[in-house]
Amino acid sequence: MTSLYLIGGAILFGLGVHALVARAHLVLKVLAVNVMGSGVFMVLLAAAAGGEGDPDPVPHALVLTGIVVAVSATAFALALILRVKAVTGRAHLPEGEGDAESGGS
Amino acid sequence: MNSLIGADWAAWSVIAPLAGAVLAALWPRSGPLLGMVVSVFAVLVSAGAALGVWHDGPARAGLGGWEVPLGIALHLDGLSALMLLMTAVVGFAVSVYALAYIRPGSGRDKFWPLWLWLWASMNGLYLSGDAFNLYVALELLGLAAVAMVALAGGAAALTAAMRYLLVSLLGSLAYLMGVALLYASHGVLDLALLGQVMGDEPATRLAAALMTAGLLMKTALFPLHVWLAPAHGSAPAPVSAVLSALVVKASFYLILRLWLDVFPQPEGSAFALLMGALGAAALLWGSLLALRAQRLKRVVAYSTVAQLGYLLLAFPLMLAVPAAWHAVVFFALAHACAKAAVFMAAGSLQRSAGHDRLAGLGGVMRREPMTLFALGIAGASLVGLPLTGGFIAKWLLVEAAIQGQAWGWALLVLVGGLLSGAYVFRVLGHGFIRDLAVTQHHPVPALMSWSVLALALVSVALGFAGAPALELLTRHGGEGS
Amino acid sequence: MNADSPWLLIFILMSSLVPGVIIFFLGERSRRLRTTLNLTGAGLKLVLVGVLLDGVRRGEVYELRAALLPGVELVLAADALSLLFAALSAVLWFVTTIYAIGYLEGAPNRSRFFGFFSLCVSATVGIAFSGNLITFLIFYEILTLATWPLVVHRGTAQSLRAGRIYLTYTLAGGALLLAAIVWLSVLAGSREFLPGGYLTGLEHAYEPQLKLIFALLVAGFGVKAALVPLHSWLPRAMVAPAPVSALLHAVAVVKAGAFGIVRVVNDVYGSSLVLDLGLDLPLMALAVTTIIYGSVRALFSDDIKRRLAFSTVSQVSYIVLGVALAGPLGAVGGLVHLVHQGLMKITLFFCAGNFAETLGIHKVKGMKGVGRRMPLTMACFTIGALGMIGMPPLAGFVSKWYLGLGALQMEHVWVLGALVVSSLLNALYFLPPMINGWFGRREEPWPASHLDHTRFETHWMLLGPTLFAAACALGAGVLAGMALSPLDWVSFIVERDYAPEAGT
Repeated sequence: MTSLYLIGGAILFGLGVHALVARAHLVLKVLAVNVMGSGVFMVLLAAAAGGEGDPDPVPHALVLTGIVVAVSATAFALALILRVKAVTGRAHLPEGEGDAESGGS
Repeated sequence: MNSLIGADWAAWSVIAPLAGAVLAALWPRSGPLLGMVVSVFAVLVSAGAALGVWHDGPARAGLGGWEVPLGIALHLDGLSALMLLMTAVVGFAVSVYALAYIRPGSGRDKFWPLWLWLWASMNGLYLSGDAFNLYVALELLGLAAVAMVALAGGAAALTAAMRYLLVSLLGSLAYLMGVALLYASHGVLDLALLGQVMGDEPATRLAAALMTAGLLMKTALFPLHVWLAPAHGSAPAPVSAVLSALVVKASFYLILRLWLDVFPQPEGSAFALLMGALGAAALLWGSLLALRAQRLKRVVAYSTVAQLGYLLLAFPLMLAVPAAWHAVVFFALAHACAKAAVFMAAGSLQRSAGHDRLAGLGGVMRREPMTLFALGIAGASLVGLPLTGGFIAKWLLVEAAIQGQAWGWALLVLVGGLLSGAYVFRVLGHGFIRDLAVTQHHPVPALMSWSVLALALVSVALGFAGAPALELLTRHGGEGS
Repeated sequence: MNADSPWLLIFILMSSLVPGVIIFFLGERSRRLRTTLNLTGAGLKLVLVGVLLDGVRRGEVYELRAALLPGVELVLAADALSLLFAALSAVLWFVTTIYAIGYLEGAPNRSRFFGFFSLCVSATVGIAFSGNLITFLIFYEILTLATWPLVVHRGTAQSLRAGRIYLTYTLAGGALLLAAIVWLSVLAGSREFLPGGYLTGLEHAYEPQLKLIFALLVAGFGVKAALVPLHSWLPRAMVAPAPVSALLHAVAVVKAGAFGIVRVVNDVYGSSLVLDLGLDLPLMALAVTTIIYGSVRALFSDDIKRRLAFSTVSQVSYIVLGVALAGPLGAVGGLVHLVHQGLMKITLFFCAGNFAETLGIHKVKGMKGVGRRMPLTMACFTIGALGMIGMPPLAGFVSKWYLGLGALQMEHVWVLGALVVSSLLNALYFLPPMINGWFGRREEPWPASHLDHTRFETHWMLLGPTLFAAACALGAGVLAGMALSPLDWVSFIVERDYAPEAGT
């Protein structure tokens, strides 16, 4: 049972990373980050169930705190996406900017 | 004063900016005043914390009286005291500069709460002795930094902020995954306890790799640096200064802390050499980009990419000379002061000329001798010319490399210095071009030029601070008296 | 040790640093204040160096220390050798300041110019008083930083390019020095200059390392001393205004490099260790190559300043040759040339500046008949040039005489041949301008000068320093036997350096 959570968490995390890199739309990227976060939380749950006897309460506290952080980060990210959309007209990041010179301020 | 130990002083360096941030958010008009009060206060308590460490050695304090492993510990030693002090000094200068730079209306209401918030989370990061607490501090730091980049408002700044946010989230989640794995295998979160129980198991190695990779991403180390230049280059000048001088150092501090105190030393030299190679690549590639850039702030931002490469040299140098990380920490201090001064000077010139294209800045440079002078001295510190902090840092790095007979790394440090000389003097050279037509020139406010000059002089004064700083760094590790 | 001793050294440094920094922030218009500050600083420095000279002769010790790092100190100390260099800098700075004020009258950006000019002299004096290698390196790099703005001062594309090349060479040289000095401090600790060297005893364990470090040090200092093949920044740096060229060539930059080599050979390695490690021959070969190469290039340069620049390349290596001989008489020749070359070369550069500013003469061919129009300047030029050739009893002759004696003493007869060849070459490239000047005839009338000089052949602020420098150059040679002449002073230094050997 524990290893199921552990493996499931790892898979979710991996899927999240993949989507974060592969998807272009910013909302999808933010969702991908959330999927990654869920993966981490599952690993923490596995850690809570890991020992013998009663489940360890500390990981639950960590997951709760983590969720709070994730919610605020997501809210902030969505607000930023709205601003980006309002100013540039698209909810995508410009491609291939990289190290090239580009306009600024 | 002796009734307070260092850790008590240090706790105030988190509480004060946090309170300031909340108050500044509630009463936006009092932002500048609160900023000044917090700055002065932060300098004082950081100095108190450093003195405490100097006299009594490292200290720990359980928050709210709860002791480890149940409670959350604050941990103060020489390394964290120096980082606090660095943040306080640079933060003070940036705050004074921002008084004049951030005008009412242009995001001032948001700047002060965010900046104080950022300050509190950096100090929290330096004091935290708990892996999960560090995650929270790291995330708060990231969010505040992203919000500050977005303050400038234009398309460039917003997309840069977005990119920065995604990288930052990816980095901190990788770190958190590592923390989860560590807890799963060892059942503790306190760094000192982790350091004691940890062996060289696969789970630990995986956690170390994830945490290091995530933090490297946030430190903008090559090849994960792409987000840095647009973000630092398009933010308002005080923000760029804080990001380049302090924020990237915070995540590097965490890497250093983990590898010094927590993770077991890896077998063989492959890991250290990999880190060194990344550092070398950053140094060379960043310098080349800085040489090619056409905008002043871009030059400075790429210079940050390059100079961060020096930080990674800690790993290969420590293979031969265990105390080599002292040199790297001193380099981080010198770089923080010099880079903040350079970014602020660049901001003054940009404000004065109305743009930051190198080709058109010469005339303004000539009209603003004080800013140019500050740019010159701080630039000299970046290059590592004497009598600056940068020179002492370069001396220490070369000395460590030669002591360990690591000739390649010594050569790299010297070549890096020459490359930085090339891009610094390329910028300064524009101030000497003959017969410049000045199309636009707004005089730089006195508060801005003086704060830049003062910080540049601090980076010179650091040239004489080598001995005490190194002494402070020896107060490292577990509990003292 | 006297309690107030370190202050004198600090005052000497500050007497140019403080005016320099103030001038930097002065407006372009406050000409009177700037001139006052400049001259006060220069005069004060001269007086203070005089006081110091007196104190050192009375046996007082002047020293200043500040810890930079554990085991690494910033040390300023006044010994006889440092005073020689400091006195030369102080005198020539005073003269050059007057010259520069006259030369730059009405030119733009004078505040910037004089600010860096003063900074540059502070660095030179710092080099003179450096008590160990790291202090030397610190001031050496500050000198780089302070001279670059002077080289690019005119702001033309050409001068910016010269500045870039100058920086490339000097920063690279500084990096080599840093490596060598750190390495040396890892091997032997960061120690102070000691007559006779402080490395003796290490050669058994670290022979290859010491040789390599020596090579790095010579290369690092050789960049500024313009040793072949590291010399090519120097002729290009001639785009700088004439007072800059004069000061750079006579004291500041090239001498700093040569002085560094002197310190390394005499006070770090010690001449006996240099002989034991077999480093004297390669250094001699390098110096002789530079002497001959510089002279040949000077011969084929038509531009006066360029010819003088290559002459500097060649002449500075006499100093290196002198110390490379690693014997007392050679050392006297080399060190005395440090002063003599400075005096002669600054005279020649002042003259070249006078010709260019007054009559627009830049080429050797253009000097025809100038002796009639500007007899005083031409006379000064002749004194400098004849001295360089080594005509007895002028200053250059004294240097070459001792170099020759030194070569015989250490049984390097071939060096004598090199001296003769180089003197011939000197004559070949200095005689044409003299002949043109005195005996040539100019057909067309001289162009009108932009300087206002009603009473003299050129502006008095240009002429006065030239005459003074020429008088010094003349005096240094003719009065070489007198007490307190450069030769007397140098003999005193060399006796001290070689005393330990004489005892054993």
